[in-house]
Amino acid sequence: MSGLEAYWKENLNLIRNLLIIWALVGYVLGILLAEPLNAIRLFGGPPLGFWIAQQGSIYVFVILIFYYAYRMAALDRKYGFED
Amino acid sequence: MTAEVWTWIIVLLTFALYLGIGYWARVRETTGFYVAGRGVPPVANGAATAADWMSGASFISMAGLISFLGFDGAVYLMGWTGGYVLLALLLAPYLRKYGKFTVPEFVGDRYYSNVARVVAVISALFVSFVYVVPQLRGVGIVLSRYLGVDVATGVWAAVLVTAFIAVIGGMKGITWTQVAQYTVLIIAYLITGIALANLLTGNPIPQLAFTFSDFAVRLSQLQVELGLNEYVKPFQSLSQLNVFLITLTLMVGTAGLPHVIIRFYTVPKASDARWSAGWALLFIALLYTTAPAVAVFSKYNLLNTLANKPVEEVQQIDWVQKWSKTGLLKLEDKNGDGIYQITASRDTNEITIDRDIIVLSTPEVAKLSPIVVGLVAAGGLAAALSTAAGLLIVMASAISHDLYTRIINPQASETTKLTIARVVILLVTVLAAPFGINPPAFIAQLVAFAFGLAASTFFPAILLGIFDRRMNTQGAVAGMLVGLIFTATYIVGTNYLGWPRFVFGISPEGIGTVGMLLNFLVAYLVSRATPPPPAEIQKLVDEIRVPKGAGQAAEH
Repeated sequence: MSGLEAYWKENLNLIRNLLIIWALVGYVLGILLAEPLNAIRLFGGPPLGFWIAQQGSIYVFVILIFYYAYRMAALDRKYGFED
Repeated sequence: MTAEVWTWIIVLLTFALYLGIGYWARVRETTGFYVAGRGVPPVANGAATAADWMSGASFISMAGLISFLGFDGAVYLMGWTGGYVLLALLLAPYLRKYGKFTVPEFVGDRYYSNVARVVAVISALFVSFVYVVPQLRGVGIVLSRYLGVDVATGVWAAVLVTAFIAVIGGMKGITWTQVAQYTVLIIAYLITGIALANLLTGNPIPQLAFTFSDFAVRLSQLQVELGLNEYVKPFQSLSQLNVFLITLTLMVGTAGLPHVIIRFYTVPKASDARWSAGWALLFIALLYTTAPAVAVFSKYNLLNTLANKPVEEVQQIDWVQKWSKTGLLKLEDKNGDGIYQITASRDTNEITIDRDIIVLSTPEVAKLSPIVVGLVAAGGLAAALSTAAGLLIVMASAISHDLYTRIINPQASETTKLTIARVVILLVTVLAAPFGINPPAFIAQLVAFAFGLAASTFFPAILLGIFDRRMNTQGAVAGMLVGLIFTATYIVGTNYLGWPRFVFGISPEGIGTVGMLLNFLVAYLVSRATPPPPAEIQKLVDEIRVPKGAGQAAEH
């Protein structure tokens, strides 16, 4: 059971870190700080807060899931739990 | 050839394709029927999930909705994509490892209780039924608008096609038609997005055109000049608190919707469920990052072409004449000055644009070939049909598998189980059709209701079932009931009984988040005050936490 517990702990840490990024991008940058961030315009395009809320956050969500799948595949191998 | 002829050809061809795939994928055993034999490759499952998830409304109405909400449209963009992160990290791989057929089955088994099973069955049926009605209606509307058939005929056509595929092919038939439907809908959506971006900015990639052009700012300024809202400014239509809570409710609801969750049962391995969620969101993101671009470009184009322009000039535009006939575009020179003005006030506003026009009119506005008009119609149909099929299988399996096989007659033979499942699908579609033809006025609110309920009942119950070994029947059932009752009462009270929004002014669409928090709190307190679950359940929780062994489960 110790292998399972160590595996689960590493998994939980990874989930926690990725969910912090998820909340930071979607909720903190995309909503809570949207107004101040709208003062910034990148590349002459739309204001930053608006861009994160309508576009940027979605890219980050896609990357988070693929990164999780990649890291978990390594973790499965490390503990011999791959299916 | 005219757009209508092209539309007939493309729609009939795609319907024939779906029926052909449905026939090819016919199944004879329950594993094939409920979970497509667990042999769907992760990328294909990602495409099927994307089609399953993106409804007729995502395809036809979402860009329009965003173009009218401006910044606040982000609740749909982030809410309906961010939920996949929760799904991939917190639910999908573990549910796949558990390796049974349905969501109520996991809830019932994990909480060793038929009460929990029945609560989950009822929630699954309710959520899926309110969601399937607008899909059928969507097919009826698209067929009537493009091909001139009446809405009822369109709804029955949808019923026949989906019922045929679901009855003979079960989940396997549904999966592979959804892959074809995703292909049709994304091609249709991207072609219009690309044409529009190219027309206005000269950059054919909508996402890049949106990011590197100043059209969002120009639209914002144009709207301010016209006296409308400032497009890029946040919290114009919804308060910051409501944007926050509606986004969270839609995310958690997405992760808890049974028709999305069961798609992850169909991949061969638990690790495939993780990759598959990534592919699903990538395929969804193709449409969801194109939609805000379509919203900005077409709204700018529409306002720029129509607002403050002379009546004779506007009346000569082809698509203006065509869309005026449908009633989706209303132009009326109220003050008789020979110029169409758009204003924020209903009394003086002379240009009324239905939000569905934003996507549907794009091919004509961007002067694309009539083939594209047919393709957009086929894309809208594909989006609605694929979602309807996914919902049908949830309802059929909840009744035939969870109620009949697991509670009423556990000794049923394979043949009996399959027959019951097929009859249930037929019954459900035939029951849903009249609602699609004459939808109750509150159906749009019911869809929001479905997300609130999925967020406040399923999501906490499944999450705690995996991450809290100590969670027991008493805690889970109490949590689900409190979440369900609180959320349902608030939505019904504020929508229909004239109650004030008594929880910090939270709108009914965002209350699911509060219901979810109450569910977690009650489940925790009740479970700690009652005995722990039996040892074999705690062992089951340990087992679903590791992917190893999911491959063997696939053999059974």
